[in-house]
Amino acid sequence: MSAVANLAADTWSSMLRVLLHYRRSPGLLAVSLAVPVLMVVVFGYVFGSAITVPGAETGAAGATGATGAPGASGAGSVDGYREFLMPGLFAMVAVNGIMPTMVGAARDVGRGVTDRLRSMAVSRTGLLLGQTLADLLVSVVVLALLAAVGLVVGWRIRGGAADAAGAFGLLLLFRFAMTWVGLLLGLAVGKEEAAGQLVVAVFPLAMVTNAFVPTGGMPGWLAAVAEWNPMSAVVQAGRDLFGNPSAPSAAWPMQHSVPAALLWCAVLLLVCGPFAVRKFASHGT
Amino acid sequence: MSDTAWTGIPKSSEAARNAAFAVEMSGVEKRFGATRALRGLDLAVPAGTVCGLLGPNGAGKTTAVRVLATLVAPDRGAARVAGHDVAREPDAVRRSIGLAGQHAAVDEGLTGRDNLHLLGRLHRLGGRGARDRAEELLDRFGLTGAADRLVRTYSGGMRRRLDLVASLVTAPPVLFLDEPTTGLDPRSRRQIWDAVQELAEAGTTVLLTTQYLEEADRLADTVVVIDHGAAIATGPPERLKESIGTRVSVTLADAGQLGRAAVVLSALAGNGDVAVDQDERTVEVVSRPGVKVLLPKLVRELDAVGVVAVDAAVRPPSLDDVFLALTGRVRGGGSEDSDAAATADASAERKVA
Ligand SMILES: Nc1ncnc2c1ncn2[C@@H]1O[C@H](COP(=O)(O)OP(=O)(O)O)[C@@H](O)[C@H]1O
Ligand SMILES: [Mg+2]
Repeated sequence: MSAVANLAADTWSSMLRVLLHYRRSPGLLAVSLAVPVLMVVVFGYVFGSAITVPGAETGAAGATGATGAPGASGAGSVDGYREFLMPGLFAMVAVNGIMPTMVGAARDVGRGVTDRLRSMAVSRTGLLLGQTLADLLVSVVVLALLAAVGLVVGWRIRGGAADAAGAFGLLLLFRFAMTWVGLLLGLAVGKEEAAGQLVVAVFPLAMVTNAFVPTGGMPGWLAAVAEWNPMSAVVQAGRDLFGNPSAPSAAWPMQHSVPAALLWCAVLLLVCGPFAVRKFASHGT
Repeated sequence: MSDTAWTGIPKSSEAARNAAFAVEMSGVEKRFGATRALRGLDLAVPAGTVCGLLGPNGAGKTTAVRVLATLVAPDRGAARVAGHDVAREPDAVRRSIGLAGQHAAVDEGLTGRDNLHLLGRLHRLGGRGARDRAEELLDRFGLTGAADRLVRTYSGGMRRRLDLVASLVTAPPVLFLDEPTTGLDPRSRRQIWDAVQELAEAGTTVLLTTQYLEEADRLADTVVVIDHGAAIATGPPERLKESIGTRVSVTLADAGQLGRAAVVLSALAGNGDVAVDQDERTVEVVSRPGVKVLLPKLVRELDAVGVVAVDAAVRPPSLDDVFLALTGRVRGGGSEDSDAAATADASAERKVA
């Protein structure tokens, strides 16, 4: 067999492994699906009841009010917040891709599974690629469900079909990049418990963004961090492509959200991908 | 070091070049930061034989196995497996070996059958081939009944057995087993032993590491004792045991008889040094190398001089005894608990009160 055929075969076998996990523990998929629904409830209705977003009043662009005070929002603007929120939640699903791969990779190292796989004449790239591709497949299902929930609570695609498809493609690309980040972190940590603790560190990455509130209300330095956070670029690109409302911001990644998001994905993949494969191939040496 | 009938370590690279050796290491060194895990380890395992790498925790056993399994690159020295150099032809080595590491490296979230099936696919047996091979192995190792249960629900012994089976998917000519029975109950241990013996009889070359002398004795054709990253002795297990002697201990009802018991024990042990503990009312002796002490004889002789023993035990030598005999020092540190457990097992089996 040629090298390419071997790579494909090993990738497929590795994908099967991850997918079999979901088949053997259907609860795993249920949790993956429940999380986005919960997020819509918590952010869309609990927090959202106290937040209004400039430009989100009717979904029309160009409005430049100040961030509304709690209680100042009418029913229409709460719907507007949920439309503002959904691209944020889509991106949050993507960021959450770090966790299962990180914990899974660390567990495999700790249990000796990584050693066994490395002692076999198997393509290292194929093994890792399979894991991340399988995750991507699961993410398609989770994103689709979240989109359906979004439609129920008033989120709409207001742009063209091609733009919307581009937005979903970008979200999946970002999730794919995040799973590679997770793999690299998991392999570097090498202990399941430690990886579990790192999950806490991932939380700020998702929170210090434009996903839930506009960056305009943050202190200057925090706003800068949030605006240059890779997740924010993806969120902004989602809002722009879906035609959903967004708060104005002059930061470059916010003004050029699609190229910024693509650039971030490319950088993350080009850095984490090769490093993860290298770390895997040389683990514990 | 004891020189009784022990061959030296084969230092010549001539031996290392001999293709009849399925596993060879010469002068392998490996450092982890300040730790010298291997300091010039030599090893030569003839094809079709079982080699037992015997040593305490931290001796370098796992590192040696990881070097041979292409998981760790040695800093210095060479290692060959099935005629292939681990550094230059790692994939050829990988195609010749099976590895069951120190922990059961099976996927807990999958069934036993899934685990084997996936490994078969990764070994490129194809979907059909992988499935057939999984069935065959499950059947042969008595795991069919549990095949569809998640490994998470397996007992420790079953997990180890599945792990061993997982290393056999390609029927590799060379098998590495790193402490295959550590932490297992006696019954599971015997099941693993039977499986290893069966594989060895079928011609598989096996390198296994262990902290149990009894295990090395039972399975290995040759034992290599390893300490601080280097081999300190090598030879057949019988010779190793002969060079050590047996530990005999007797507990009396009456402390006044300790003196008489000491004389009897010393004579039986070939004038071995006797340790008397007044408080515990025990007498203990390690016999001279080659002197066998049999329990019935011990009881008869004590009886003949009117000594009443409430407990008498003849314990086979442990790893500690090996170290004492080979290095003249008691080894420190290490996993005393697992050692103690093994010794307790062994003495429980042979003890007669
Ligand atoms: N990856 C590693 N990093 C740092 N130290 C290690 C590593 N692997 C082994 N060691 C050290 O090398 C020594 C030998 O370890 P090991 O080969 O695991 O011994 P054994 O298997 O006989 O218990 C120990 O002191 C251990 O702490
Ligand atoms: Mg070890």
